[in-house]
Amino acid sequence: MTTATADLLLAVDGVTVDYSGFKALDGFSLTLGRRETRVVIGPNGAGKSTLCDCIIGRVRPSAGRILLRGEDITQKPEHAIVGAGICRKFQAPGVLAALSVAQNLALAARRDRRWWKALGTGMSAAEQETVAAVLAEIDLAGRREVLAGTLSHGEKQWLEIGMVVATGAELLLLDEPTAGMGPAETSRTAALIRRLAQSRSVLVIDHDMRFVEELGAQVTVMHQGRFLFQGGIADVRADAQVAQVYLGSHR
Amino acid sequence: MVELMRRRGLPWLLLLAALAAPFLMSGYDLNLLARFMAMAILSLGLVLLWGHGGILSLGQGLFFGLGGYAIAMHMKLADLPGGSLPDFMVWTGRTALPGWWAPFASPAFALLAVLLLPALAGALFAWSMVRRRIGGTYFAIITQALALAFATFLISRQEVTGGFNGLTGFQSLFGWQLADQKVGRGLYWLTLALLCLGFIGIRALLASRFGTLLGAMRDGENRMRFLGYDPAPYRMVAFGIAAFLAGLSGALFTLHAGVISPAMVGVVPSIEMVILVAVGGRMSPAGAIFGTIAVCYARDFISSSFPDLWLYLLGALFIAVVTLLPGGLAGLVRQRRA
Amino acid sequence: MEGLVLPQLFNGLSVASLYLLAALGLALSFGLMRVINMAHGEMLMLGGYLAFLTLSLVPGTGGILLAVPVAFVGAALMGALIQLTLVRRLLARPLDTLIATWGVSLILQQAARDLFGAVGVEVRAPDWLAGSVQLGSMAFPTARLFILLATLLVLGALALLFRTTRAGLHIRAVNQDRAMAAMLGINVGRVELMMFALGTGIAGLAGVMLALLGPVTPTVGQSYIVPAFLVVVLGGVGSIQGTTIAALMLGLVSAVAQIFVDVSVAQLLLLLFVILFLQVRPQGVITTSSRALDG
Repeated sequence: MTTATADLLLAVDGVTVDYSGFKALDGFSLTLGRRETRVVIGPNGAGKSTLCDCIIGRVRPSAGRILLRGEDITQKPEHAIVGAGICRKFQAPGVLAALSVAQNLALAARRDRRWWKALGTGMSAAEQETVAAVLAEIDLAGRREVLAGTLSHGEKQWLEIGMVVATGAELLLLDEPTAGMGPAETSRTAALIRRLAQSRSVLVIDHDMRFVEELGAQVTVMHQGRFLFQGGIADVRADAQVAQVYLGSHR
Repeated sequence: MVELMRRRGLPWLLLLAALAAPFLMSGYDLNLLARFMAMAILSLGLVLLWGHGGILSLGQGLFFGLGGYAIAMHMKLADLPGGSLPDFMVWTGRTALPGWWAPFASPAFALLAVLLLPALAGALFAWSMVRRRIGGTYFAIITQALALAFATFLISRQEVTGGFNGLTGFQSLFGWQLADQKVGRGLYWLTLALLCLGFIGIRALLASRFGTLLGAMRDGENRMRFLGYDPAPYRMVAFGIAAFLAGLSGALFTLHAGVISPAMVGVVPSIEMVILVAVGGRMSPAGAIFGTIAVCYARDFISSSFPDLWLYLLGALFIAVVTLLPGGLAGLVRQRRA
Repeated sequence: MEGLVLPQLFNGLSVASLYLLAALGLALSFGLMRVINMAHGEMLMLGGYLAFLTLSLVPGTGGILLAVPVAFVGAALMGALIQLTLVRRLLARPLDTLIATWGVSLILQQAARDLFGAVGVEVRAPDWLAGSVQLGSMAFPTARLFILLATLLVLGALALLFRTTRAGLHIRAVNQDRAMAAMLGINVGRVELMMFALGTGIAGLAGVMLALLGPVTPTVGQSYIVPAFLVVVLGGVGSIQGTTIAALMLGLVSAVAQIFVDVSVAQLLLLLFVILFLQVRPQGVITTSSRALDG
């Protein structure tokens, strides 16, 4: 499933990450189109989280490039990568416990992040609009003024997804967004991601196959830092090689 | 109702008492209070930097000293008949004024140096650290080395710094005779006014988005980074502001104490500045002011009556505050209200 | 110039060995617990006074040989006490640990002042340590050679401990992954206690060496502790090689600088060197790349 160059948003091109001998990523490539949703799966240690780390600049690859809209972002500072339109949700929720839900979103919603612009108080009209819209989207409007630290685990996960959305990023990286969720919460999360995906690109990492099915997106399978397979969820299930390295190991 | 009066009324009552203090206290006691208020200005900076920014500086003495020495150098020169040298230079056998001393003869230059030098030096140093993401324990240790190097340098360059004894024996400031009681009162009110301004300024800064962001970067550095914020400039600015307040504090303290010396800027006084804030409450500007003045009074009383006991008590205070009362006195007050 | 450089290099080496002995314990517990003990300098002081007491009771070579284990055990016990009562309680708050252990340092200094007086005490070292060894045109003070030898022995012993013993295996495991080590049944709390005590014990040894060079004063530790802190910063987290290289670098930089400038400027240059070095390598000399990045 190739995407035309004009619709190409992200290209990971032959990226290798070497932890003193152990290759977490080994010449891995992947492309993602505008408004495309992709799920990346693979057994533990396949390099999924390292892939996210590379895209957002937390880990610098020893070889290969990462392009956003054709522009090389491989060596950009982390905050500049966010500015370019990529934002990531981490596995363990990283909400700011001491701030309210609305404050968490407001920090994320600010476009001008220079320090001297932070000397004022309150939010601009545009920021208020973003915060209200995201609150409605993640269904936490009723908990606006609650401290983020007092939210339930599932609510924290949604709030962090909301923060990532509030940055206005064109590409959302969601690293195990359903970790620690029950079946009902997982379904709500899948529905939320499908709604979000209507107007952005989303890269989801997960290994809950039921959740992956609910997302109904193309799946890329990784194994030992390398590309293994790509296709619909049915194709993935049918593939013998995948079954051997991944699904097989789950049984 | 009484409760409300007490909460709302107390700060104003204290301010009124502070304003009236020159008429209620002896000159000696007023001078003591003025010194402690000057120290409290430095403490406000640590509330911003350490309490809210999570950056511990064990080298505030450097910036305190830069402010103090800048004003002291000016007063040394201003008191002199034209062309002669400060007393300690004569004693150490110097025959000419060092070039970098000369501009301090100008009151405007000295004032600018007090206001800008500590802030710029602090911002520059902090930038070299935070841009390479050096924080936490490493940062604290390097600031301590900074205080040590500064004090050692001052002591070893006796012929241009006054050495171990520092700079002292000032007569006048900008033409006002320091021995005059009216000048003493004026300087007290100036210190009080600057402390109030600092208090209002730091409170406003903490209430602004800047304060929220600084705290968020302390609690979730990586989350903020990956929301698109670069913590480095925020931290540099916080450090610069703390250094600015330390410099101002040092200059005022020097005026009230009539001396600035390496013993006030080295490793030991620098870390004591931290405990002043810790006792009152590292998160609370009001707590820090109260804690600073209270601990300074306690030190003055105990160390003159029982000098040997004081260091044991101070040591115990360091331990007790962080283990038993990490929020300081302000934290205690907040708990009781809640 | 050459006549000046060689003795200064030897000086640098002997200063480096003192920095290293003072810094090793700090680096070991920093690597494991991410905390710095501000009372570490007072462990040197304690070792110095214990050496003084031992040598007053048992003069001569036997006294020196006895002082080494006495200082080690004494400082290690004091370290264990600090770890159990303070460091353990503040484990997740490294900055508060700095402040609390500074309080311990103040108390220990004042206690030393009350017990031994503010003026330093001189250790009566055996005569053979007071002389020097002639090698070609150069004379090497025996005490400094002794310190160099002792430092090498300590490094060797540590290497043996880590590489060959079960305790060393546990320490390395906790160093790499605390949570995993705990799951494997390693008593993490005990490993940390042992490591902290070992570190302060080494500082006690360093105190014996200091006592051979000059008088022991209540603040003797303070003059070595800030360079030792800088060695830890420069060395990188939790690596003995890094700490050793950093101590050598700082010892030599300070010795070479002292050919051209006085001690106080050399100290400034040392700090400047560290700050500049961190601009290039903020992680220090040895960078341990680990899959488990801090959160």
